[in-house]
Amino acid sequence: MIRFILMRLAKAAIILIAILTLNFFLIHLAPGDPAAVMAGEAGAADAKFLAQLREQFGLDKPLLTQLGLYLGGVLQFDLGFSYRQQMPVADLILTRLPATLILTMTAFVVSLLLGTLAGVFASARVGKWSDTLISVLALLFYATPLYWIALMAVLVFSVHLNWLPGFGYETVGANYEGLRRVLDIALHLILPASTLGLFFMAVYMRMTRASMLEVSQLDFVKTARAKGLKPGIVQRRHVFRNALLPVVTLAGLQAGQLVGGAVLTETVFAWPGIGRLMFEALAQRDYNLLLGIFFISSAMVLLFNLITDIVYLVVDPRIRVT
Amino acid sequence: MADFWNRFKRNRGAVIGLVLLALVIAIAILAPLLFPQSPWRMVQRPFLPPFAMEAFPLGTDTLGRNVLSGLAYGAQVSLLVGLVSTVAALLIGIPIGAMAGYFGGVADDVLMRFTEFFQTVPSFALAIVLVAIFEPNIKSIIGAIAIVSWPPVARLVRGEVLSLRSREYIEAAILSGQTSAAIIWRQVLPNTLSPIIVLASLMVATAILLESSLSFLGLGDPNLMSWGYMIGAARTVIRQAWWLSFFPGIAILLTVLALNLIGEGLNDALNPRLARRGK
Amino acid sequence: MSTAMTEPLLTIENLRIALPEGADRPYAVDDVSLELRAGEILCIVGESGSGKSMAANAMMGLLPDLVRPVAGRILYDGADLLLLPETDLRDLRGRKLAMIFQEPMSALNPLMRVEDQIAEVFEAHGRLAPRARTARAVALLDEVGIPEPEKAARAYPFQLSGGQRQRVMIAMALALEPEILIADEPTTALDVTTQAQILELIRVLQAKRGMAVMFITHDFGVVAEIADRVAVMQEGRIVETGTAEAVLDNPQHDYTRKLIAAIPKLAAGAKASNGNGKPPILQVIGLCKTFRSKGGLFSGRSRVVDAVRNVDLELFEGETLGIVGESGSGKSSLGRCLVRLMAPDRGAVLLGGDDMAGLAGETLRKARKAIQMIFQDPYASLNPRARVGRIIAEGPMAHGMPRNEAYERAGTLLDLVGLDASAIDRFPHEFSGGQRQRIGIARALALEPRILIADEAVSALDVSIQAQVLDLLADLKKRLDLALIFITHDLRVAAQICDRIAVMQGGEIVETGSARAIFESPQNAYTRTLIEAIPGREKELAAAAAGQTLG
Repeated sequence: MIRFILMRLAKAAIILIAILTLNFFLIHLAPGDPAAVMAGEAGAADAKFLAQLREQFGLDKPLLTQLGLYLGGVLQFDLGFSYRQQMPVADLILTRLPATLILTMTAFVVSLLLGTLAGVFASARVGKWSDTLISVLALLFYATPLYWIALMAVLVFSVHLNWLPGFGYETVGANYEGLRRVLDIALHLILPASTLGLFFMAVYMRMTRASMLEVSQLDFVKTARAKGLKPGIVQRRHVFRNALLPVVTLAGLQAGQLVGGAVLTETVFAWPGIGRLMFEALAQRDYNLLLGIFFISSAMVLLFNLITDIVYLVVDPRIRVT
Repeated sequence: MADFWNRFKRNRGAVIGLVLLALVIAIAILAPLLFPQSPWRMVQRPFLPPFAMEAFPLGTDTLGRNVLSGLAYGAQVSLLVGLVSTVAALLIGIPIGAMAGYFGGVADDVLMRFTEFFQTVPSFALAIVLVAIFEPNIKSIIGAIAIVSWPPVARLVRGEVLSLRSREYIEAAILSGQTSAAIIWRQVLPNTLSPIIVLASLMVATAILLESSLSFLGLGDPNLMSWGYMIGAARTVIRQAWWLSFFPGIAILLTVLALNLIGEGLNDALNPRLARRGK
Repeated sequence: MSTAMTEPLLTIENLRIALPEGADRPYAVDDVSLELRAGEILCIVGESGSGKSMAANAMMGLLPDLVRPVAGRILYDGADLLLLPETDLRDLRGRKLAMIFQEPMSALNPLMRVEDQIAEVFEAHGRLAPRARTARAVALLDEVGIPEPEKAARAYPFQLSGGQRQRVMIAMALALEPEILIADEPTTALDVTTQAQILELIRVLQAKRGMAVMFITHDFGVVAEIADRVAVMQEGRIVETGTAEAVLDNPQHDYTRKLIAAIPKLAAGAKASNGNGKPPILQVIGLCKTFRSKGGLFSGRSRVVDAVRNVDLELFEGETLGIVGESGSGKSSLGRCLVRLMAPDRGAVLLGGDDMAGLAGETLRKARKAIQMIFQDPYASLNPRARVGRIIAEGPMAHGMPRNEAYERAGTLLDLVGLDASAIDRFPHEFSGGQRQRIGIARALALEPRILIADEAVSALDVSIQAQVLDLLADLKKRLDLALIFITHDLRVAAQICDRIAVMQGGEIVETGSARAIFESPQNAYTRTLIEAIPGREKELAAAAAGQTLG
């Protein structure tokens, strides 16, 4: 088990280095002078500033040396400097990261739980109207743009019905402490997390339903019934456990989408995470910040993948024992 | 061909999807005829609500532009981007997957590590970065979408080729002296065609969603009126003008829904006809 | 094997089970009546599609969704099982009626330990405390002959072999000492030696506990081995019943006679040749093939399998050489090395002077004409998207023959294998399994080879079709002066058509000799085990010695 984790971490490290290399080359591939690209709109006008940048980043030196400098910098947690925001990129990201983690983790867990349950429910009622209803809803959620549902949710639940807050992380100016603060955040979390999770709920529901139906056709389910086991136990112990495996794999694969979707959700709900930061960076053409966020979100995805891999390892003995 | 059509027709959802898609395509093609003026032109007072005036059934936006006209021209963008980027992704993914599957060994390892890398990176974030760095225009958008969309194609093709490679009729073809190229072209690829077609229809749907998301964030081609752009531009005025966000979203929903339904219909209709021995 | 006329434990009366619309016949089982008696093994025999499993499924209440019983009764313990509410049926399942299935690979939950799956039987019927359940499970595993039962109990199914998994199934079935055991083709997926062990196990357990056993199979050899009574089914109907001796030695119905006649015989006609004085046309010297599963940084330890170890063989002109072995013996790998679908790691394959093993590229492509292969699975050996004509003509065309000529030859070949020339324009899915194998043979012959390798070419066919294809091969061999290498696990088939036989085990050839020598006086211990494991062999030899033949 330990060996597995170590190997995965090694693999992840390689991928992160590859991403950084990609980042590096993207800056240089962009049309225009790399120094101007790095300085963004704010700094590009100032020639002295650009010269300063060139010296600082050794832009006159050969490409590989620059790459080395860049990678070395990252190891010291230096992801560059955002001239627009006048702060190191790393610091900017660090302050905003927790909000995104809360949002994505909640959306992940909620979508997985509800989606799987809905899938089991639907698979038990194939052909009946409840199954059709769930399947149609899933199809709709799957086909709807994430940001649009978010906007409609704000419109309906926040603006018109005034049930839930549709803006920000916590009530502005209220300065709650302790439990009240947690509850306040949780209230603000409801709309963003559920709209972000809706798409994935549909994905997990469909996968679970299909998987449950497929597994119930397999021989060992017949064996279980032949033993005289009650149908509930057959469904839970034999069908569900085996049907869950592909869903876990899928959850790992969806991690990338989840992190990407956060950008849209945070923009609509003004949620102060790195997704919204990315939106701001786009508007300001702050490429350093943009690439820094890209790097961190990739790291997040790798973390998600590691977690789902470990879960899969725990659930399926066939991988564990060989 | 005829019985493929019969099987497809049996899936009611697929037929609905086909009708919807045909409608969208028709609107896209007829847009210049139905709305001769550019959708960017101001034609009435801003914030005209829907159904207030007959000539503008869906109202006007923040700058007085005709929403319905914007929808029609937006259809062109969505369909164009969806189709071209999918074709590009297929052109990248199919050869990579086919080579990895057929030749195996080191080639497979290298190509698969390469594919895995692109699958691990959050695709939307990568698309944003690519479009931002290479300046938003239709070419960079199509390119970015293609670059983040090809891994599933390669994975699928590789899987199919691997399972076929040990299939007995492929072995028989090798035995009968056919060249590798002939075998890949005439035996392997036609049998992987069905899953590719199904995947392609779903990819067009995803590409449309991706393009609209990029446009929503302001990364769309500034010269093209796209549905995502319309929603993004209306984000800050959602309280006053709900219809500006609503209708383009419905348009996206219907188009993507249609493509998904068609994809599922294709899947049912194209399933292999290996008649299994019944017991 | 005595059959005292006691009261039947279970009676099936005029059972009729309907299939859903669009099936190839209205009833899976039509007007079937059977009796099961304690202490007796009833074998239900039939080919695929005969409906033999359906009655058993109906007894357990495990019919698939769209298949329903529409007439008849199943009487057990004073009640009609077909009318019993589900809760009562569930009470009977596992406790009074138990069932084991065909595929040991997939019949056990891959995520649960063996002891937990056995303990479930007790749990389902509220017996024993949890700790006692696991103890009983281990005891049961011991009873069914699994070595190191404590260790096996803690294992997961994938860690056990096919034979061991089937023993686990039997242990689960017998846990609550049921009165009736239904065995649905339990040994069909097993090697012949494992099959012999499982059959013996079932016989011993049945005698010990006095159960009634319903054994479903397609193999008459198995019937001869263990049946007390026999029921023969065809297309959903029982065409003949009786004691095993009566049905096997003196079949009344035409269908039964046809089936029995189609079984390859062991005793009659085993050839005594040992090369026929002609020169060898194929010589294999020191052939080795090793498979290495990838190891390395991210995949853990690599596994090395020596599939073929230092094999020496000779094939003489005009003869049929059998390569016989169980699964994992390396016979398929050997076959693929001979046709160069795989490149051997070491050794030579001399065909007409050229070493096939060393060829590559264009020379290999041209040399392939001389040696062709017929494959095992009729449903996977033909390209589903190509018409039959193209399938056969592709080979000659790839070697430069003009299209018209190639298609003409395809027509001639189809005629030669007994199919109508109109098949040229049709697709494979329009043909039956036996017909597809004929197409495969035609394809192999299209390049006018001198040697044909049949890799389990009849293993996937029903016994009556199998007989036809074997006859066809024998006929073609004579007409076209071919040499044939026949790879199979089925010793009866080998006995019928092979001149000489080579026995493989663990990648090596352990014995070679004429067919008669191998069957009558095997030298090697493994060969002896293999021969003795053939189901029905003793009876057949005894009958032959007594002047009769099986049917």
